[in-house]
Amino acid sequence: MKRVYLFVPLVIFIVLAVLLGRGLMLDPNNMPSALINQSVPEFNLPSLASEERMLTRSDVVGEVSLINVWGTWCPSCMHEHPYLMELTRQIPIIGVNYKDARADAKQWLVKLGNPYVLNVFDEMGTLGIDLGVFGAPETYVIDRQGTVRYKHVGVVNEQVWLERLKPVVDRLRGEG
Amino acid sequence: MKPLYLRVLLLIGLFVSGSSLAAIDTYEFADDETRLRFHQLNGELRCPKCQNQSLGDSNSPIATDLRREVFRLLKEGKTDRQIKDFLVARYGEYILYRPELSSHTLMLWLAPLLLLLIGVVVVLVLIMRRRSLVQSTTLNVAEQENLKTLLDGSGTSTEVESNKRD
Repeated sequence: MKRVYLFVPLVIFIVLAVLLGRGLMLDPNNMPSALINQSVPEFNLPSLASEERMLTRSDVVGEVSLINVWGTWCPSCMHEHPYLMELTRQIPIIGVNYKDARADAKQWLVKLGNPYVLNVFDEMGTLGIDLGVFGAPETYVIDRQGTVRYKHVGVVNEQVWLERLKPVVDRLRGEG
Repeated sequence: MKPLYLRVLLLIGLFVSGSSLAAIDTYEFADDETRLRFHQLNGELRCPKCQNQSLGDSNSPIATDLRREVFRLLKEGKTDRQIKDFLVARYGEYILYRPELSSHTLMLWLAPLLLLLIGVVVVLVLIMRRRSLVQSTTLNVAEQENLKTLLDGSGTSTEVESNKRD
């Protein structure tokens, strides 16, 4: 019997431990979005501010901007909100009020301030499904042609903005 | 005119059934085949929010929405293939519990087969080795002669015994 074979279980153990350990370090929320480099989907939904005003894709496209999916039912959105108030001075933010009650959402914006240039009222979550939203908050970077260039799942804070979103935004603005 | 208690019971019954229907989503299917397909799809599609549950398994709002979407697509007469493509286009291949065979899922599909092959090879090698071991324990004529001389000699019997056991 060769002694070397005795080490086979140990080697298998180490390989498995490294692989599984790496698996534990991965963020399960960090899923590749299917929408990257795809066009913002067509939609026809009322604005949050007024039931009569219908918004479509052409209302949100034209500038390098952020699309922020939020709802008053979402605690992380509350957490994220103050930073959006700062960020809105640097980039237009389009809100998608996702599966929310209109009155609650309006009150939220009055009370905490409104960082959004406009808000799409997506009561049934249909635009959400087309965007591939699976939880709020989610933030998309879109270019001037209305193509989704980046998706961030979770709270946007200063670190996320500086390290992940801003580089993409700067590059898109540079594209002229 | 029905007795009062019957009418009260009927009234209670209405409320009870109403509330239990509200807890589970109810869908009216055209036929049993569609219903079956609906449940099969729900079992094969993964809830994006709660990643270890299927759509049919999960109570999360997004799973409810996606079930409704699956139902809508079924009603429009879409095939299972089209419905899966619809969801993959939005949520990525990730949403399929049974991923398609493609270049980057090849390993996933082949790994079990590969591991099985390795296992079979290991077992075969072990069997072969044991067989050759069994053969080598029966002594040929020359070895038997040798053994005899050894046994006839003095003080070497234990050594032979231990050799034999190996």
